[in-house]
Amino acid sequence: MRVILKNLHLIDPAHGTDAVRDIQIVDGVIDKISDHITEAGEIEVIDFNGAVASPGFLDMHVHLREPGYEHKETIETGVQAAANGGFTAVCSMPNTNPTVDHEALVRWIIDQSRMLLHGMVDIYPIAAVTKGREGKELAPMLELAEAGAVGFSDDGAPIESAEIMRRALEYASMTSRPVIQHAEELSLTKGGVMNEGFVSTSLGMQPIPSIAEEIVIARDLKLSEYTSAPYHVAHVSTKGSVELIRAAKAKKIHVTCEVTPHHFSLTDEAVRTFDTNTKMNPPLRTKEDVEAVKEGLRDGTIDVIATDHAPHSYDEKQVEFLYAPFGIVGLETAIGLALTELFHTKILTLHQLIEKFSTNPRKILHLPAVKIAEGERANITIFDLDKEWTVDVEKFRSKSKNSPFHMKILKGKPVAVFNNGRLLISSL
Amino acid sequence: MPLVSKHLLGLEGMPKNDIQTILDTATSFREVLERPIKKVPTLQGKTIVNLFFESSTRTRISFELAERRLSADVVNFSADASSVKKGETLKDTARNIEAMKIDMVVMRHAAPGSALFLSKVIDAVVINAGDGAHEHPTQALLDMYTIREKFGRLEGLKICIVGDISHSRVALSNIYGLKTMGAEVAVCGPSTLIPRNIEKLGVTVHHKIEDAMRWANILNVLRIQLERQDRVFLPSLQEYRKYFAVTKERLMRVRNDITIMHPGPINRDVELSADVADGEHSLILQQVLNGVAVRMAVLYLLGTRS
Amino acid sequence: MATSTKILDQKNFERTLIRLAHEILEKNKGAENLVLVGIRTRGEFLAKRIAKKINEIEHRDIRVGLLDITLYRDDLRENLSQPILRGTDIKFDVSGRDIILIDDVLFTGRTIRAALDELVDMGRPASIQLAVLIDRGHRELPIRADFVGKNIPTSVNEKVKVSMKEVDGEDGVNLIELTEGES
Repeated sequence: MRVILKNLHLIDPAHGTDAVRDIQIVDGVIDKISDHITEAGEIEVIDFNGAVASPGFLDMHVHLREPGYEHKETIETGVQAAANGGFTAVCSMPNTNPTVDHEALVRWIIDQSRMLLHGMVDIYPIAAVTKGREGKELAPMLELAEAGAVGFSDDGAPIESAEIMRRALEYASMTSRPVIQHAEELSLTKGGVMNEGFVSTSLGMQPIPSIAEEIVIARDLKLSEYTSAPYHVAHVSTKGSVELIRAAKAKKIHVTCEVTPHHFSLTDEAVRTFDTNTKMNPPLRTKEDVEAVKEGLRDGTIDVIATDHAPHSYDEKQVEFLYAPFGIVGLETAIGLALTELFHTKILTLHQLIEKFSTNPRKILHLPAVKIAEGERANITIFDLDKEWTVDVEKFRSKSKNSPFHMKILKGKPVAVFNNGRLLISSL
Repeated sequence: MPLVSKHLLGLEGMPKNDIQTILDTATSFREVLERPIKKVPTLQGKTIVNLFFESSTRTRISFELAERRLSADVVNFSADASSVKKGETLKDTARNIEAMKIDMVVMRHAAPGSALFLSKVIDAVVINAGDGAHEHPTQALLDMYTIREKFGRLEGLKICIVGDISHSRVALSNIYGLKTMGAEVAVCGPSTLIPRNIEKLGVTVHHKIEDAMRWANILNVLRIQLERQDRVFLPSLQEYRKYFAVTKERLMRVRNDITIMHPGPINRDVELSADVADGEHSLILQQVLNGVAVRMAVLYLLGTRS
Repeated sequence: MATSTKILDQKNFERTLIRLAHEILEKNKGAENLVLVGIRTRGEFLAKRIAKKINEIEHRDIRVGLLDITLYRDDLRENLSQPILRGTDIKFDVSGRDIILIDDVLFTGRTIRAALDELVDMGRPASIQLAVLIDRGHRELPIRADFVGKNIPTSVNEKVKVSMKEVDGEDGVNLIELTEGES
């Protein structure tokens, strides 16, 4: 397949590229990058009118729900949603049924990714830390890593025991892959459904205090320091968490972390409507926390933006807030929210944004960096910086539509992705 | 003036005029309750469903009496013997009931926000009879009516709510309603049972019952219960009684003439001593009678609304 | 433009009330066992004034009750704009009494029907008689007044407005012709 992608504002921070170019791709490899490429022979030409092209984005926190929960999402629909949202790669979380704690499952997921959607979206599975995610016995991490797992997490659940976390860090460090923690002190959050604060008091709702996240991070940072093992915090959401991680990084502790787009876009005030699409874990926090998280992105304390894409079916969410499952979809609103809330507000530069979505997650997971250069395999995310658009969940490719952003107007939108020899134009 | 909202979901944000209208209308219904025939034909032909997912004898009876005295047809649905056990969702339960052509639903449910949710999935008028720890508007309305009946006003009065504030819909609705009507509100209880940031609602916090007694004109005393899991919040009823109970000796030591209220049912000699509950300053029985009148007023105003 | 014709002026208003008081006493052979019940709102003031006249004539206090018929209206099901409750205030037992029900204007008869239902729910009066200031015809129910201040034939697009000192500043009755769209 031969194609010329014209008029792309090429930005590759790793190479200092920042210019408008045409890219010619032949059989999935970048053949030529130039100011102006004239078409010759049988070739498809697409003009992108100055949209930004960056190394492909990777979402390192996605729940694909297959095997076991196919009514919410399948690998196929998940991968379509990813491409539609501007991602060329995702990490799948292991809280499926059965749990991804066996190498056969890791291999199966990778095989699926090569078959579905013409293999356009690479899936890098994250395997469980403990068998069955029960928090009792370590999963066979060496085998899992060899099969292709890029990290370990019991996400959905925290690793509760300090001893298990210590041993997990030690063991996983042999693979050089990070242990990814869902930081939550369960005894503090029992029965909780939203952030503890003025809003939860006004609504009579059971609270989830911010310290439940911070206490576990504080403990884990000590363990990471003690074991010198890489440690990654999933979905950081509070001011206190950001402060702890900032101090740890200053001490050169091997910690990295991620934040979701909803945690820098919404506060707990959004829960006043009792809309179950504002129910997630960690919950939406206060304005102060949102400001701290944005500052954490700006000063580099927070390395990655990852969606924690958590599909739930319509019926599952159409119940009383108390009984609704936690989580929202995020793949198809991530770029729009990041551009609206971080780029256009001048909190992050375009280069920084690309680092959070592409460079840093690959670095943390020891994946080869993606370059946009002649001779490299084409792995490109294309997005329009300024287009204003209204989010319409009916246009999502994800099987589930549980998003609080329906009908929200965003500025900046994913346009297309190119990976593994194929181009997909977004339907959003 | 018809009420602003089609439903009664809570007192948060309810305009002062609406609260006033409900209380004034309740006065007329109080008079009906004194007649030999305590019935008016006003809601004849209307069907009202009492949808109670949590058991509650007194609130349900109060609503049922109010509904029948307005000549409405009443259907009772209690969650124990029902489709909820078979896993039917609230949405389906409500839709099925509505398909049988009903006009109003009075619902009590364990989940905060469930009354709002119900109002979005059915067309009938929804009255919140208690949604988890969120709101119980008719209780607060009857409390305010009772206070106004005795004192002639609400503005400037000092009401302290005593007990487990963090799990109390009665407390929250009272706070919203009383603040709107210009009263001063305080809460008193062990610190583990006072929710975070409650002062932001304009409420003073006391941890000593004597301080509350010194400050308040009226004490609204909440029932204190202790299930096994609650011992994380409170060590024992013994301890609660010793330090927080409203007893005659305490009142005599601090201030003898405080008005006492309680939403019921009372745990005698736990939060309230028997002689205080039955004493001359207790409005507890008036609250019960006024409850029917206030609920009749709410049903009338929402049931005849154009 | 609504045109207004004066039917009763201040002086004749007063004379009519005096006559009604005498008629009530004549028919009932005095005020023994009589009670007056005025239908709110203007019936209230009429009842109080007639009670005063009866007092002047018979030197006898006559009890007055006030009836709010809102809860007994037959048009509530039509969900018209919210009728405000003013409250019924009858401090005596209606059972066994001879009640003179008093209202300002008798028209379709529906208000009186509601009043009768309400009184009968409150007890068992010995009798109920109806006294009205104005009878304007157009009955929709079989109701008739025992004592009438003035009979005024009207058409449906006319409105009878009774003014009373207590609320409107002066006494009087006007017939107003409504133009299209007014009510």
